[in-house]
Amino acid sequence: MGIVSVQNLTKSYDGGFTALKGVSLEIEEGEIIALLGPNGAGKTTLISTICGITRPTSGTVTVGGYDIITAYRGARNLVGLVPQEISLEPFEKVINTVRFSRGLFGKGKDDAYLEKLLRQLSLWDKKDSKVMTLSGGMKRRVLIAKALSHEPRVLFLDEPTAGVDVELRKDMWQIVSELKQAGVTIILTTHYIEEAEAIADRIGVINKGEILLIEDKDALMARMGQKHLRIDLTEPLTEVPKSLAKQGLTLATGGHGLIYTFDANAERTGIARILAEVHKAGLQLADLQTQQSSLEDIFVDLVKETA
Amino acid sequence: MNFQAIKAIYFNEMARFFRTLMQSFISPVISTSLYFVVFGAAIGSRIDEVEGISYGSFIVPGLIMLSVMTQATTNASFGIYFPKFIGTIYEMLSAPVSFLEITIGYVGAAATKALFIGFVILGTAFAFVDLSIAHPFAMLAFLVLTCLSFSLLGFIIGIWAQNFEQLQLIPLLIITPLVFLGGSFYSISMLPPVWQIITMFNPVVYLISGFRWAFFGTSDVSIVLSLGAITLFTGLCLAVIWWIFRTGWRIRQ
Repeated sequence: MGIVSVQNLTKSYDGGFTALKGVSLEIEEGEIIALLGPNGAGKTTLISTICGITRPTSGTVTVGGYDIITAYRGARNLVGLVPQEISLEPFEKVINTVRFSRGLFGKGKDDAYLEKLLRQLSLWDKKDSKVMTLSGGMKRRVLIAKALSHEPRVLFLDEPTAGVDVELRKDMWQIVSELKQAGVTIILTTHYIEEAEAIADRIGVINKGEILLIEDKDALMARMGQKHLRIDLTEPLTEVPKSLAKQGLTLATGGHGLIYTFDANAERTGIARILAEVHKAGLQLADLQTQQSSLEDIFVDLVKETA
Repeated sequence: MNFQAIKAIYFNEMARFFRTLMQSFISPVISTSLYFVVFGAAIGSRIDEVEGISYGSFIVPGLIMLSVMTQATTNASFGIYFPKFIGTIYEMLSAPVSFLEITIGYVGAAATKALFIGFVILGTAFAFVDLSIAHPFAMLAFLVLTCLSFSLLGFIIGIWAQNFEQLQLIPLLIITPLVFLGGSFYSISMLPPVWQIITMFNPVVYLISGFRWAFFGTSDVSIVLSLGAITLFTGLCLAVIWWIFRTGWRIRQ
């Protein structure tokens, strides 16, 4: 059993809307798992249910072996949550709001740990500043500091980089990477495919309350990824020669090249045959390039299939 | 029991109070002084004594109760409504704390603030009238119980409220009129017989009467009835809060 185990989790609201439809998920200790999904897919509901904010309709969830309902104290002690919205008491000092979070989780005062944490998050200089005086990026860091104040083993990040600039997003990735090195298991939801691609060990795709897949990121990309061969030509074309169109080649923008899409894992990719056809058609090659499908392409395809 | 969490909630709430300590202190002093000027000097000069007590002294327990009930309700309702309003309630819901611990933290802080206000008013009263307390321990017990029970009520209001208007609705429209009509500034025996009967349905009558007994040894209703009323009220509020946390009403989705 993983550090977080979700079995047949269902969540229905009073209005009849079912946000989670029998979700099952095992999260191993020390990994970073990214949950991708469009708006309303059920990502936040899943996190909120595991963390105790929302009550499940049916199914079981355990964290570190503790059931989130019957042994909620044990489960919640292990979990830290960074919510999607910046929810902080504006008039409170940074250090006090972090101390409050630590106390709420039953931990005694430990200023040495909090200093280390705030320094790690570049917040130490701001420790006596009121939350309302901080920038949006700093407030997000305060949320992370609060979530880590009680030294959790599992950290949930609900769209941690939504609406933040590129620089800060990269800072966040660095923080996540450091937390992973410290042994913290991280579950993050995100809209940004590049984020999942950059930092996750495993990717889960969720849509309409169902997990469509959950797989090792590299294996997923290798298994599902398609490659594109771009054949650059010395002379531009106005249309693809019939013999090449039959092979599925398309014209690149501007007509200076041809595109051939193939399965990277197939036994026969057909590249040799295509090159021979190009030669037969009397076209002069200038260059050859291959490009792998991004996670975004895979994600879009999966969501389209379930639409 | 998560005592650290109770401590954290309690001191976090008290910190908000200390941030506005001057307002918290000056406001009751000024309003109490005004009450003494208006009721004690202007009106009180035309009323000789009520049940053998000078009118200025007679209104002290009612004045304290008026402020304590209002403050306890307002502080507790705001205390739990504010995290709901700004979204920080998520932290409370995802922490390893029980409903009892959350309630003790918030209600304890609200009751402490109300108690502080009660003592400020009592101290101010000593500056205006000759006052002696016949049963000091009973006075303290009544004051603490009132602070606690009305903080529990405020806590329920804070969870129920979905906007600031609702937050102020019950204190303004229900509690203040009940306190004014509950014998704060007069003895129930001064009312016409029909109104004396109607007034008995006002729960605040029992609290003010009991509190006044602690000061002067005389009361409109028996002290046992007063204690029974406040215990019943506290028990009722606790039962409602237990139900709220059990069902997650207006807290959890």
